[in-house]
Amino acid sequence: MLPTRFRRLAAATAVAVVGLGALTACGDSGGDEATSGPAKLRFLSLAWQKESLQVNKDLVAKWNAEHPDIQVEYVQGDWNSVHDQLLTSFEGGDAPDIVHYEASAIGEFSKQGYLADLSGLVSDDLKGQIDQGVWDTATVDGKITGIPFLLESQVVIANKKLLDAAGVAVPPADGGWTWDEFQGNAQKLTKPGQYGVAWALKSPTNRVLNLALNYDGKFFYTDGGRTEVRVGDAEKEIPKRIHDMIYTTKSASPEALGMSGADTLPGFFGGKYAMLPGSVSLRQQMVEQAPAGFEWVTLPPVKGLSAKQAANPQTLSVSADSKHKKQAAQFLEYFLNPTNMAALAKGDWLVPTGKQANEELVKLTAGKQGWDVAADSAADLTVAPFQQADGYPEWKTKYATPALQQYFANKITLDQLGTQLVDGGKQVLR
Amino acid sequence: MFGKPSRTGRVLQYLALAGYLIFLGFPLVWLLSTAFKPPRELVRLHPTLIPDNPTVQNFVQAFTEQELGRAALNSLQVSLASAVLTVLVAMPASYALARFRSKLGTAALGWVLLSQLFPFVLLIIPIFLVLRQVGLANTHAGLVLIYVVWALPFALWMLQGFVRNIPRELEEAASVDGASRVQVLRRVVFPLLAPGLVATALFSFISAWNEFFFALVLIKTPELATLPVALARFVGIEGTARLGPLAAGSLLATLPSLIFFAFMQRRLSSGSLAGAVKG
Repeated sequence: MLPTRFRRLAAATAVAVVGLGALTACGDSGGDEATSGPAKLRFLSLAWQKESLQVNKDLVAKWNAEHPDIQVEYVQGDWNSVHDQLLTSFEGGDAPDIVHYEASAIGEFSKQGYLADLSGLVSDDLKGQIDQGVWDTATVDGKITGIPFLLESQVVIANKKLLDAAGVAVPPADGGWTWDEFQGNAQKLTKPGQYGVAWALKSPTNRVLNLALNYDGKFFYTDGGRTEVRVGDAEKEIPKRIHDMIYTTKSASPEALGMSGADTLPGFFGGKYAMLPGSVSLRQQMVEQAPAGFEWVTLPPVKGLSAKQAANPQTLSVSADSKHKKQAAQFLEYFLNPTNMAALAKGDWLVPTGKQANEELVKLTAGKQGWDVAADSAADLTVAPFQQADGYPEWKTKYATPALQQYFANKITLDQLGTQLVDGGKQVLR
Repeated sequence: MFGKPSRTGRVLQYLALAGYLIFLGFPLVWLLSTAFKPPRELVRLHPTLIPDNPTVQNFVQAFTEQELGRAALNSLQVSLASAVLTVLVAMPASYALARFRSKLGTAALGWVLLSQLFPFVLLIIPIFLVLRQVGLANTHAGLVLIYVVWALPFALWMLQGFVRNIPRELEEAASVDGASRVQVLRRVVFPLLAPGLVATALFSFISAWNEFFFALVLIKTPELATLPVALARFVGIEGTARLGPLAAGSLLATLPSLIFFAFMQRRLSSGSLAGAVKG
């Protein structure tokens, strides 16, 4: 018995040692790049939707086939862990050549010098395709450190049958409701067992700050190089209106407060909520997951003094340490040409930043499934003060989100909310 | 000491056991149900446990889009190598710690425990730099090395407890009978330590199988990615996820772990009995 056990142990040891040796051999990717041969670029992409993944992979394959001297390796990352992954890669000097991320997040990397300045590497044609307001979101200290290519906007998805039954007409793509109209219509759509609206406010800060721009609510003000949070009437308008819908007119579901966007879908499909304020990309879930015969419609962004919202585009950057910056920029010019950008946006159900790509996309889809509304909403997207404030992520996590959650749960007053947001700003802003 | 339970008592015992099993097994059952649901059945107001129109499309998507098969194989290689190496390193070290007690040994055990308190984020950049320096970044060998180092403190603590439970008298008796020190270790200590070795192997296998962060940061080549990293790609912005393929992939990810556990658990039981007979 004992010798058999020892033979097994010896065998296991041998297997482990040989296995580890084999793993070392097969796992080593070679490390140092060859000095001759094609330029090799690593492209860390965060595409995750089925169609979007396919478009990304197809474009990379097509590029590789057409450009034997510049070969791109597609590497997939994920949104939840990309920040740590990139930070480690940058610190360790082994970052991907091309990085997919979002404008609000690359600022920190830009300031630390991890991203290359693309100002002189991007063609005037590509620069002219994108509005200056959108370029500004990815520009740090005058340097363009990311090419914005996909935009998200806040629209309203509605149950068409419930709108018709309540006699609420669908507004045209370029003529959204005012907040008063929206609130009035939510009231009309409210009856026993059915709420006009489900505000999914599990993570309320970004949404509130985005929509606050409707009333010119900036929250972050910079005077003489010092930034502070101020909460005046303009900043209070959106939280107050949402709060009123939940507790005064009772046209918004209180149970949706603890939900994230997708959590409200079962209730929406079940006729419990008539309207879902949410991201333009929510349309994909309507197409994929709505029950047969369910009619939905995309309503344009709601308007206050304007329909302005914060633009936080997805971006493509080039690492400062990349040995092939020019080649990377060449690839990006190809990857983001109007046709390709339209295909990428369609795959992710987002709005392309390029004007021509946007037009192509509306033409390609005949404006159906809310693409006309999505295209029009691009005009209202602009850089917001909070996106450029140092310390915003900390303020958001430590102070704004808990305070807003308390306010929407009716545990503090609007004035107390304002005080908490201002005090939080004093703690973290420089 | 305890009397025979009445019929009612026995029924209540079984009911309690069944309730506990349902409680433990429900997430797995729900995962199974979700993995076979088409997209339209995933977001119903009144979800059903059994899909109305079961589909294998989620499995097809999971495998075609993320090459989960290769990722699972990578995870299996890395986890098995980590488990075996952890046991090999921990076995002699834990014996020494348990049998040759000294202030240094106690301090070493304390330090080993303390080293578990360092957060990953604090260590990852230095580890990355060191592995890169020695040419082990972006290799499975580097990952195995990290997993072994990571699992060792707990493995040492666990195993040295098992060693202490083996009576010294048994070793002394074998020595008196003329066995050399190596023979004592081979013929007396090792068989009695088998359950501990199996438990240690299980612990290191499962911790390597589930580990995400080191694998994410240290492995750059897509072909070398492990299963948790591949599965994370079904989760999108702000917690949104492609539930169907994620459930399908996660379901498959639990299988090797369950099989390994079932196999090793048998060894664990037989090892315990062997120890009892010897003792």
